[in-house]
Amino acid sequence: MEALGWWGVPLAVLGGAIRGSTPFLFVSLGECLTEKSGRINLGLEGTLVMGAMSGYGVSYLTGSPWLGVLVAGTCGMVLGAVHASICARPRVNDIAVGIALMLFGLGLAFYLGKPFIQPNAPRLPAIPFGWWSESPQVRAALEVNVLFLIGAVLAPGLLWALYNTRWGLAIRAVGDNADAARTMGYAVDRVRLLGTVAGGFLAGIGGSFLSLYYPGSWNEAISSGQGLMAVALVIFARWNPLLCLFAALLFGGAGALGPALQSVGITSGYYLFNAAPYVLTLLLMIATSSTQRTLKGAPSELSVTK
Amino acid sequence: MRLLGGSPRGAAEALTIPAGALAVSLILFGMFVALAGANPLGVYETIYSGAFGSWFSWQNTLQRATPLMLTALCTALPARLGLVVIGAEGALIIGALATVAIASVLPGASHWPVITAMMLAGMSAGGLWIGLAGGLRYYRGVNETISSLLLNYIAIALMNHLVGGPMRDPLVLHRPSSWHVGERNMIGLIPGMDVHWGLVLGVVGCIVTYVLMQHTVFGFATRIVGGNVRAARMAGVPVGRLTLVTCLIAGAAAGLAGTTEIAAVHGRASTSLVVGYGYTGILVAFLARQNPLAVIPVAILLGGIDAAGGLLQRWHDLPDATVYVMRGIIFLVILASEPVYGRLRVFQQSVVAPSDGVVPREAA
Amino acid sequence: MLKVAAKYPKVQFLHGGPTVWKEGMPTNAGSYNGFIDEAQYIAGIVAGYTSKTGKFGFVGAKPYPASLRNINSFTLGARTVNPKAMTQVIFTGDWVLPVKEAEAVNSLADQGIDVVTCHVDSPKVVIETAEKRGIFSSGYHVNQSTLAPKGYLTGAEWNWEKVYTDYVNWLREGKSWPHMRRGGLRAGIVRNAPYGPAVSEKARKQADDAKAKFTDGSFVIYKGPMKDNTGKTVIPAGKSYDATDIWLESMDWLVDGVRGSTRS
Repeated sequence: MEALGWWGVPLAVLGGAIRGSTPFLFVSLGECLTEKSGRINLGLEGTLVMGAMSGYGVSYLTGSPWLGVLVAGTCGMVLGAVHASICARPRVNDIAVGIALMLFGLGLAFYLGKPFIQPNAPRLPAIPFGWWSESPQVRAALEVNVLFLIGAVLAPGLLWALYNTRWGLAIRAVGDNADAARTMGYAVDRVRLLGTVAGGFLAGIGGSFLSLYYPGSWNEAISSGQGLMAVALVIFARWNPLLCLFAALLFGGAGALGPALQSVGITSGYYLFNAAPYVLTLLLMIATSSTQRTLKGAPSELSVTK
Repeated sequence: MRLLGGSPRGAAEALTIPAGALAVSLILFGMFVALAGANPLGVYETIYSGAFGSWFSWQNTLQRATPLMLTALCTALPARLGLVVIGAEGALIIGALATVAIASVLPGASHWPVITAMMLAGMSAGGLWIGLAGGLRYYRGVNETISSLLLNYIAIALMNHLVGGPMRDPLVLHRPSSWHVGERNMIGLIPGMDVHWGLVLGVVGCIVTYVLMQHTVFGFATRIVGGNVRAARMAGVPVGRLTLVTCLIAGAAAGLAGTTEIAAVHGRASTSLVVGYGYTGILVAFLARQNPLAVIPVAILLGGIDAAGGLLQRWHDLPDATVYVMRGIIFLVILASEPVYGRLRVFQQSVVAPSDGVVPREAA
Repeated sequence: MLKVAAKYPKVQFLHGGPTVWKEGMPTNAGSYNGFIDEAQYIAGIVAGYTSKTGKFGFVGAKPYPASLRNINSFTLGARTVNPKAMTQVIFTGDWVLPVKEAEAVNSLADQGIDVVTCHVDSPKVVIETAEKRGIFSSGYHVNQSTLAPKGYLTGAEWNWEKVYTDYVNWLREGKSWPHMRRGGLRAGIVRNAPYGPAVSEKARKQADDAKAKFTDGSFVIYKGPMKDNTGKTVIPAGKSYDATDIWLESMDWLVDGVRGSTRS
């Protein structure tokens, strides 16, 4: 294999964008739905890790990684339902519940996941999109997992659905003005429940990607905070599912920067490069937030924008 | 009585409802461990003895509670303004780095000035870190929960970079660590105990901030802002200044926790600072319902649970994650019990029924 | 640990790692460690024969002396086969960072490296990602050959079973036991994994010869003249450091032939 030299860096960023974006993508799409309905769910980090653990465990026990993905989504739905039902009670702070659920989800995942750290579970397959290239490196970077493709289609699909279907309307109505939605006949809490459960489902699937495809293993440090960063991602994607896709690609790519730079000899400052996604998020949030205009597209019922 | 809720009913509620929630959590947790094959009663007993059963366990508990008291303030104080700040972890680390840095530029000075300088450095650095989040919120509308979270990650990365490179002590081998602050500059143990003076700092910090929040004009103003920002602005309350000052104090508390971690425990900065004191502090703050005085017993409770964690592993064959599950359950139940306040008939003042037979509901 | 050991004289405290027990410390405490870098040296020989590009990759967590020693020994072993061998190091920043470890292997493979090894808490991700990229891998801590049936060459493993059984037996028999116990291939505290299918006959022979030299105690890895990767001479000609030498425990340099830095 010929060395790529400096070309290795953008290739790694591209590969990282494809490989690393999927968890961000699914969690942010899920959180987008939840927040559009007026709730913020910080517990998705716990849901992500629960999804990773349950997906891997089920795949190991049953031999089917796709079943693992499904079960991961189901676990996410359960955790989402817990979030929604507690938040539906009066005067409960949804941010606090999210943090509590994150702790609970993480604890539960670590607790149940101990037996699955060592064994080898069947993984999800990939589709080689780089068959046209002679270079094995390009071919490796363009190995795409089906979940990424599903997510990439889901993003514009959700955007369309939010503005063109009855369900989309219900979610947006409930998220923008709960009282008005109630007079229009929407069961506010039920719509929010569905939004949060759907969000949990997607987040669980995003977690299963981590353990069943890339990096393709289960252990307690599988997440580097993707669940929490995805919440930030949604805010600066302006609650637009399609922009969530682009932001997820950006984050995935930024995550590959540290190791890639070291491989071409830039050996100092790797901690700082590894912090790139977080700094990027913060800068983007500073650049795009404003006190004057209500954040465009922000669901008015969302506690963080009130 | 004013400590707890402003009225006898309020005080009674503030004690019994959390106690009830804790009881419910323990039951749920008991069911959980029973499913795992352990004996719930045995587990309760182990938790009790590991946390409070002997002088040794008490000290273990107090040791763990000490940083929690300060990091909890980092969440509890901005909560008065209606802000949800989760940046204690980052502020602690930045405070710790500042502590090491200042000790290194005052090598010849004697014990007390250095300790004072370290504490001030830690508090200033931590204060500025959270103040940044507060400022971004006020001046740019950046959500403080997310910005303080991101600042946590950035602080950890910065710490790792500095102790691995520019601030590194090359003689320390087993993990990249910063220079030592100097043995004679360390904070010692409280006489007769195995716990360091940081405990006193924590308790004092909680009491002082409590008085600040409950009994001063400043505290009163923050509560107005927390109630309704627009109304506060219209009433002429300087919201921006209050936000910044509150965040500075909150960050100073967490930064002070960083100082004590360095000056009383580790002596140098390294990854052993990153053990989740900040995140547990968030939990303490919420369980204490953002009341700085209640933070003291809640921190002790959570310190006790953590202290018992190791015993649970050894005596009941439960994985260390059991403690996280327990914390998660407690947190969820406490939050779910929020609506119960003001609604329990037991606590409602009995009122003579007016002639039309309608019993007015006590104002919440 | 020493503080607690002083408080509980009836309990024996043993610490695994590079910190060293010295005279004057409590006698109910001790430390043990293994020179796993000897096994990495052997792994380096095997890798040197198998690699087609002469480029090796090492995924590390932090520039910690034991890791640096592993990197250096591996490279020195490979260089006995290929004097131009080059090892590229990538530090992920922490002991368990699966996403970074996977990215590191991918970046290394992109640069034409065809053998990777590592020093992280769980080599699983490194080995599996290497197998997915079709490059060779050499394991660490325990045997990971089932994870990479085609690409696994060998590995550097701990033999803790022997260490712990020995301690239990000594304590049971009431014998006096060494408070500072360190050893390598010869003492049986470390070992190499069985050779994988890709390892050639020549490689096996040279590796076995080297193992024999370790076992009869005649071989020293760190002898001068040796330069580090900044050109500085770290071991002058004529000087050598036996594996037990404490100087090696505070290694803070990377040998010539390694691309990487010990500072963050």
